[in-house]
Amino acid sequence: MSLRRRVAILSGRAAGWASRTTGRGAGTQVSGRIMLAVDPDLLRTLGARDRVVTVSATNGKTTTTRLLCDALRHAGLPVVTNHTGANMASGIAGALAAPHGPSVAVLEVDERWLTHVVEPLDPEVLVFGNLSRDQLDRFGEVHAIVDRWRAITEADPDRHVVANASDPHVVHAAEPARRVTWVALGIPWKQDATTCPRCDALLAWPDGRFRCAGCGFAEPPAEFRLEGDALAVGSRRIPLDLAIPGTWNRMNAALAATVAEAHFGVDAETAVAGMAAVEVVSGRFAQHRLPDGRSARVVLAKNPAGWTEVLQWLAGRDTGVVLAVNAHVADGRDPSWLYDVPFEVLRDRSVVASGERALDVAVRLHYGDVACTVEADPLVAARRVGGAEVHIVASYTQFTHLTREFW
Amino acid sequence: MSSVLRIALVYPDLLGTYGDRGNALVLEHRARARGIEATIVEVPAGTPLPDSCDIYLLGGGEDAPQVAAAEGLRASRAALTRALDGGAALLAVCAGFQLIGHHYAAAGGRSMEGLALVDLHTVPGPDRIIGEVLVEPDPSTGLPTITGFENHGGRTHLGPGERPLGRVRRGGGNGDGSDGVLHGGIVGTYLHGPVLPRNPALADHLLAHVTGTALGPLDEPVVDRYRAERLSFATLTGSARRRAERRLHRG
Ligand SMILES: [Zn+2]
Repeated sequence: MSLRRRVAILSGRAAGWASRTTGRGAGTQVSGRIMLAVDPDLLRTLGARDRVVTVSATNGKTTTTRLLCDALRHAGLPVVTNHTGANMASGIAGALAAPHGPSVAVLEVDERWLTHVVEPLDPEVLVFGNLSRDQLDRFGEVHAIVDRWRAITEADPDRHVVANASDPHVVHAAEPARRVTWVALGIPWKQDATTCPRCDALLAWPDGRFRCAGCGFAEPPAEFRLEGDALAVGSRRIPLDLAIPGTWNRMNAALAATVAEAHFGVDAETAVAGMAAVEVVSGRFAQHRLPDGRSARVVLAKNPAGWTEVLQWLAGRDTGVVLAVNAHVADGRDPSWLYDVPFEVLRDRSVVASGERALDVAVRLHYGDVACTVEADPLVAARRVGGAEVHIVASYTQFTHLTREFW
Repeated sequence: MSSVLRIALVYPDLLGTYGDRGNALVLEHRARARGIEATIVEVPAGTPLPDSCDIYLLGGGEDAPQVAAAEGLRASRAALTRALDGGAALLAVCAGFQLIGHHYAAAGGRSMEGLALVDLHTVPGPDRIIGEVLVEPDPSTGLPTITGFENHGGRTHLGPGERPLGRVRRGGGNGDGSDGVLHGGIVGTYLHGPVLPRNPALADHLLAHVTGTALGPLDEPVVDRYRAERLSFATLTGSARRRAERRLHRG
């Protein structure tokens, strides 16, 4: 290793240590930024040491990454990863520079950063989960990201891709690759997939699978399929018994198990056994205890697709619900999406509108005929809301605030 | 208007990018609160527009869906014109606003034909306009200040016989100090998505047009509080607004 490179890594580690000890952050972002400043080519060197897999999606990338790590570790493979959502170049450099022997590097990569990371890292396998609208005021349209992903598979069609066959954006992006493992995860949110990514004609969804009448673009046949609570692989059915809740986490688990079997040769049964014990992922799904003894859980929802899935899951439970919404840059400054989300499923629940944009939430609920009270502080709201248990559904900055300060 | 007020949510699968469904909910809710039975008629993409609705809603959409919507709408133009001539109202927002003109700029700058219901056209601007907007409506409407959020790249030019919805006090709007258009029963605006929840008087303005009667105020304290909060927030600038955002509801 060149002196410049060793200096880059050492100065980065020192800064990461300083940042951790002064309590100003998890350290890896800071150290990664300094390393890349000293040696911009660092990712190329670091990527060559490990077997790299990147995981990208609008929703579920952090959890899928974590589940894949636990699945591979359970099978005895050494794993390094970028925990804590440090999913851009600096966070990845920081994670890979930590001392470790040859490993599988399971890396969550922000869907908008994938191009910048794939070129230097040269991963063995790309994992494409799903793409939907997310903070349109910041990131623009979904189509722009699809085009960038597709350019990646066109540039190197020999790289293995594991991709969600049910999402037309993902299929369009993965298609140029010669070796694609398709996993049919289903797509609960179709509002961003109304036109064909190939020819712009309207997509039809007979039996929940997309098909374009214009050019024939359709859901590819998938060897791996999420069927209810199980992953089906050929004639095998592997029950997805998880400690983390919801349909969306079964989708994450099915995707991770597919990667484990199709790329790393770890059979899906072993992979799922390795995921079963995961209870908390970077603060997500953690259970807390309220002073009155009820259990309270904070659930992150970042965009309409995520909110819709969380609300549909809550609609089946006897729970009080606190809806905590901010509109800072990281949340998206424009809360228009509140009207894309079916809050009406909460009509018979005890509901509190909360967060800095509590009134946006309250008016949305008012026009959806959902009764609610308004309390800006979500922790106060959690104590006041009814129900046998409590769920706080939080936008991004509310979630990070709550997981830091909770009880 | 028949005994039931019919609100057409036009192509929600194409023109629904920014929570545009909210406008239909507000109209339905505010009509019912006055004892007027109302129903939302969803018109999915690929279906012809009915001519029997009272209020038509055209919302915002991404580039490819906007092109698909333009094709469908041109095929249904006669039905829409019949309805408008018969006294219906039309709220056209963002992409929908661009679609009611002669032509607009699609992705890559190519010019696409619109519905030509109003004498206006849209060209590409040098940048995207994103942020909170305040509009002082044309005094003839009697409407109070309109607040909203915009996110668009187009600049819209009105023909000499057309008048805008109002003057922009904060934000970009059409790009020349004005926003939107007022043309008979047609209201166009760049204030995207759910503009009616923030501006219930604008919803009542559309309802009054199709019912032929002025509507009394509603007692909805949470809506009044919300509107007051958004108005005071949008009149602040820069760092003062960020400080206010942090302070909001604390203490
Ligand atoms: Zn097609």
